[in-house]
Amino acid sequence: MGTALLSVIFITTLCLVLGIIIGLVAKIFAVKTDARIEETEELLPGANCGGCGFAGCSDFAKACVTGKTTPDKCPVCASDNIEKIETLLGLNSGDAEKQIAVVMCGGDNTDAAKFVKYNGINDCKAAALVAGGDKGCEYGCLGFASCSRGCPFDAIEMKNGLAIVHPELCVGCGQCIATCPRNIIKMVPASVELHVYCSSKDKGAAKKKVCNVACIGCHKCVKVAEENQMLIDGFLISVNYDNPPSRDIIEAAKCPTGCLR
Amino acid sequence: MSCNNHIFFKGGVHPNEGKELSCSNAIQDAPLLDKYTVILHQHIGAPPKLIVQKGDEVKKGQLLAEAGGFVSAPVHSPTSGTVSAMLEISGPMGLKMSAVEITSDGKDEWKLPFNKIEEWDSAEPKDLKQRVADAGIVGMGGAAFPTSVKLSPPSGKKIDTLILNGAECEPYLTADHRVMLESSDAVLEGAAILAKILDVKNIYIGIENNKPDAIETLSRKAGHYGIKVQQLRVRYPQGAEKQLIYALTGRKVPAGGLPMDVGCVVQNISTAVPVKEAVVDAKPLIERVTTVTGESVVNPGNWRFRLGTPVSKALELAGGVKYQPGKVILGGPMMGFSQKNLDATIMKNTSGLLLLDKDDVSQFSSESCIRCGKCVDACPMNLLPGTLSVAAENEVWDIAEDYFVMDCMECGCCSYVCPAHRPLVQHFKRAKAEINAKRKR
Repeated sequence: MGTALLSVIFITTLCLVLGIIIGLVAKIFAVKTDARIEETEELLPGANCGGCGFAGCSDFAKACVTGKTTPDKCPVCASDNIEKIETLLGLNSGDAEKQIAVVMCGGDNTDAAKFVKYNGINDCKAAALVAGGDKGCEYGCLGFASCSRGCPFDAIEMKNGLAIVHPELCVGCGQCIATCPRNIIKMVPASVELHVYCSSKDKGAAKKKVCNVACIGCHKCVKVAEENQMLIDGFLISVNYDNPPSRDIIEAAKCPTGCLR
Repeated sequence: MSCNNHIFFKGGVHPNEGKELSCSNAIQDAPLLDKYTVILHQHIGAPPKLIVQKGDEVKKGQLLAEAGGFVSAPVHSPTSGTVSAMLEISGPMGLKMSAVEITSDGKDEWKLPFNKIEEWDSAEPKDLKQRVADAGIVGMGGAAFPTSVKLSPPSGKKIDTLILNGAECEPYLTADHRVMLESSDAVLEGAAILAKILDVKNIYIGIENNKPDAIETLSRKAGHYGIKVQQLRVRYPQGAEKQLIYALTGRKVPAGGLPMDVGCVVQNISTAVPVKEAVVDAKPLIERVTTVTGESVVNPGNWRFRLGTPVSKALELAGGVKYQPGKVILGGPMMGFSQKNLDATIMKNTSGLLLLDKDDVSQFSSESCIRCGKCVDACPMNLLPGTLSVAAENEVWDIAEDYFVMDCMECGCCSYVCPAHRPLVQHFKRAKAEINAKRKR
């Protein structure tokens, strides 16, 4: 009985002494951290997509707190969470518009024929190394799904050999852009709901030979839109995303190939 | 005829040679065309700077674009006429390239841009080197590396051996073979000029012993210039720089190194001819000998094409095709580039236009690596293609780099022997592109 009691008292005393030492050491050698970093990180999505340009959410949170960047640079974060972070850090950046990715090509396997037989690695960059890819059009989507595989949010679907970004799933991280050897994925404001789905700089007749849905540069849409709403680059028309036209012009322009939609 | 040299590189393959189709026909001069589309960036290195404008009158041999840096080469007009358009055409590798369209005036008038250096033996080596650079001469074997850069070893590297590559180990191609037979004097004189520039006494010409007539012709005359003609065993890729150096001198180029690290400079046999012409005749590089061949070609043979001749015209000259071929390749079957149309034009490094039959073009689906090791036996660079391909397939570029994928010369031996039909070389090309992009960042 006596031995048992002694043991209990001894262990309790030992615990107390060690506890006090640990407590003191922790106080003396404490590393000063900004509690806001952790709080910011908790409000971020945690997908570590890298869309902000930093090495993951934790790094981004640190950068926000130290003032290297602003919370609205996270393309994925819900807007009310960004507001919460801004209140926490005492910032006010105003409303930044959400950007989404769009594949500027409408030529799937039916409309833009493959001209040659490709028998190699199932990857766009690898296919582009062999005679520039198997598609007749030298600017269009190669359809080997490199962007789809590279999207951390599964927002890109492959439909009949054409990559299509689902705007409701796209968070605008921009990871897909580097995966495309043809450089046809563009980041555009999410509020704009019409695009010219073509990237070919060839002449109209040359495009017509290889694709049924290419922009042939007929300028019909340019005529119905207001000035400076559509941009002209040789034989390729594109939407001016700084001053976009309304969707009504699709009806009015009667785009002969349907690439404006 | 036996082989003089017993040193032999490891690996390699011996595909069907197919050289009999075109090797016995003498080189023909291609007739003057109405239009030439000269691609500007015909070499490895900085793109040249265009100096003519649309509408300009040009003479044959006039400068169209000047060198855009040290590792660069100028481009000259293939005939006299007018600069009728600036175009973007798809080059041999399927990428858009800027080109100049020259509409011929039919006179084909020369305007020699230089003075002749007939007494080159007493000329300054640096003047000769400048001439090689000004004439736009690049490696004609396929790599298109500016020749003058190869002739300028950095100080500290002592060059003691010049090797002329007459192996022509690529199946089907016979352009170098015909050049050695028909222009043997120009080849030897060009070689002597190159040796003079480099100040070397050791000059070898290596020729595979499936070309006994070329070996005989050159051996007979080579003594005059102090050039040694050596026979090589027939094995692809005998003409690869490092393999050739090993076979002729027994020296091994270290991994990641260059021939100059072991005191050698290697030039293609067809590069020696324009070197002679540039120095002695003051002509810039505006034409080259190209093999047009394949079972389906009506008259396979070798032609002397002006640079900028469209591939479709080149095929027409050879009588067109008897039946639909399976694949059109610019270059040889092992390292050439398959084409998706006939838009490309003859460039300084276009050694061949090859049409392969449908039966000769494999259309297998690729399987998983079965670890048989055939690729390891075949690799002349002592790499592990199987391991590398798995790394590349899974996009682990670091491992691919650790296993020396950058030493791969894309000769294609591994893909040729792979029983699982894996696109090994394509994997390595992609890995090299990714690693190069990473290094640039």
